[in-house]
Amino acid sequence: MQASQAPGARPGSGPPEAISLHGVHKNFGTVQAVRGLDLSIGHGEVVAFLGPNGAGKTTTIDMILGLSQPTAGDVSVFGLSPRQAISRGLVSAVLQTGGLLPDMTVAETARYTASLFLGPRPVDEVLRRAGIDEIGDRLVSKCSGGEKQRLRFAMALLPDPELLILDEPTTGMDVEGRRSFWAAIREDTARGRTVLFATHYLEEADAYADRIVLVSHGLKVADGTAAEVKAMASGRTVRATLAGADAAALGRVKGADSVEIRGDTVIIHCNDSDSVARYLLNDTPARDLEITTRGLEDAFLALTGDGADTGTASTGGPR
Amino acid sequence: MTSQPLTADLTRHAPPAGGFNLTLLRLEIRRLLRNRRTVLFTMVLPVFFFLLFGLNSAYANDRNPSGPGNVSAFVMINLALYGAVLATTSGGAMVAIERSVGWSRQLRITPLSPTAYIAIKMLTAMVLGLSSLTAVFVVGGITGKPQMPVWMWITSALAVWLGSLVFAAFGLFMGYLLPTENVMQILSFVLVIFAFAGGVFIPLQQYPHVVQEIAQYTPLYGLNQLVHAPLLETTPHLAWVANAIVWLGIFCAGAIWRFRKDTARV
Repeated sequence: MQASQAPGARPGSGPPEAISLHGVHKNFGTVQAVRGLDLSIGHGEVVAFLGPNGAGKTTTIDMILGLSQPTAGDVSVFGLSPRQAISRGLVSAVLQTGGLLPDMTVAETARYTASLFLGPRPVDEVLRRAGIDEIGDRLVSKCSGGEKQRLRFAMALLPDPELLILDEPTTGMDVEGRRSFWAAIREDTARGRTVLFATHYLEEADAYADRIVLVSHGLKVADGTAAEVKAMASGRTVRATLAGADAAALGRVKGADSVEIRGDTVIIHCNDSDSVARYLLNDTPARDLEITTRGLEDAFLALTGDGADTGTASTGGPR
Repeated sequence: MTSQPLTADLTRHAPPAGGFNLTLLRLEIRRLLRNRRTVLFTMVLPVFFFLLFGLNSAYANDRNPSGPGNVSAFVMINLALYGAVLATTSGGAMVAIERSVGWSRQLRITPLSPTAYIAIKMLTAMVLGLSSLTAVFVVGGITGKPQMPVWMWITSALAVWLGSLVFAAFGLFMGYLLPTENVMQILSFVLVIFAFAGGVFIPLQQYPHVVQEIAQYTPLYGLNQLVHAPLLETTPHLAWVANAIVWLGIFCAGAIWRFRKDTARV
């Protein structure tokens, strides 16, 4: 596959984007996994690709890595086709599905991978960075899940890639494992490597990314800093005890976004909690009223939930 | 953090030969030898069979119907072929394990090209085949029973080794076809059938006529005749060569078909 003039390459406007997706669609039979995704990631950005399971994160990553091809649209990596970028060692990844051979040792696995690249980083150095230099002689079959994940990370560092892609890299790790994994990534990306990581842990996106791209049902629903994404779904939740609540009437109250009734409890997500509270207290027998602000967790649910408007809403500046 | 390194160094190159290199081959062979079951099946078993059937004084020193060698040499070549074929099949079939654990997928995010990967697998299989047949020939030499001129040891070994390429392709085909880690348990059974049908264990003349007719079309028949041609000083029949080449073609085509399906970027 030759990309003589890949879509990401814009002559005269500096180096090409690290990742450039234009109108990318991906269908599996009748299932539309990705439905028209545009994404442009510049050099040195650390971007979280956030969304619930089945949002299309892994499908998109597969296309960026050339493991699958888009049904429609263009994908380019540093202005090259994904496969070319991989062959040159510009991109590497820690995949959820990437397997390891149980009958090779940790060091052998790394040496095997290193031999595939021109001018790789030394195996010892990479194992040390990933914190597994002590277990180089251990068979992969004897390694814990966390150790295997660190080995995948070490393998991804071998080509000294310009772009590192991590697909839910800390799944299955305990809190301490996650923390030290991210510390290693941070230390390693300090020199300006571009990182794209998929996660469904909101705190990871919040803590480690400069930018969050929120996807849901194969569409981008938000793109901006953590603060911007939070602001998008700003608003409060009013909760009260109210027997026989009339959902339709509550929904008509000024400032109410959605109404949920669980037995005698009503939960109203709203952008004007004062107006909702006033209505509940004045016009209904509601009691035990409680008003809370939404965190990123709620923003996430609000933006990716089935009830959410599926149109693209970008809060970021000019991207 | 400096502001300078934000322009990526894009002036990199892909490795030559699709990533094929000798480190890969060395690590693959070491991996194979680490697997005790593989070593047992591909080296110890054929040697054991030779000791059992190749030294029997009731017939071992008899002359063959033609050529200067004795029956012990004939049996040694039979079992070297069986061992080599088991070994190359195991080597090829390793792709089944690599697919089932997701290693093939992992390799697809490296510069290693699918063709270079297949080349590595074939070569590893052939090295394993060579070690198996060497084990049988060395043990044969040590016992002193098989008798044939030195150049026949060499040509027979070479014929067995080259012939086992057919089964490296067979192993690959099956490795891509069967989605199981236990692929070798199925294949060693299939190979025993092929070996009986091809006259590797029992001379075909001892079978009923109908069976003999069918046997001529099975994958080990041609190879078995060809590898004994030097010892028996017979001119290879066109039918033997055709048998080996047609089966090689079938196995290669099958392997390529499944491989394309496996690496297709859907």
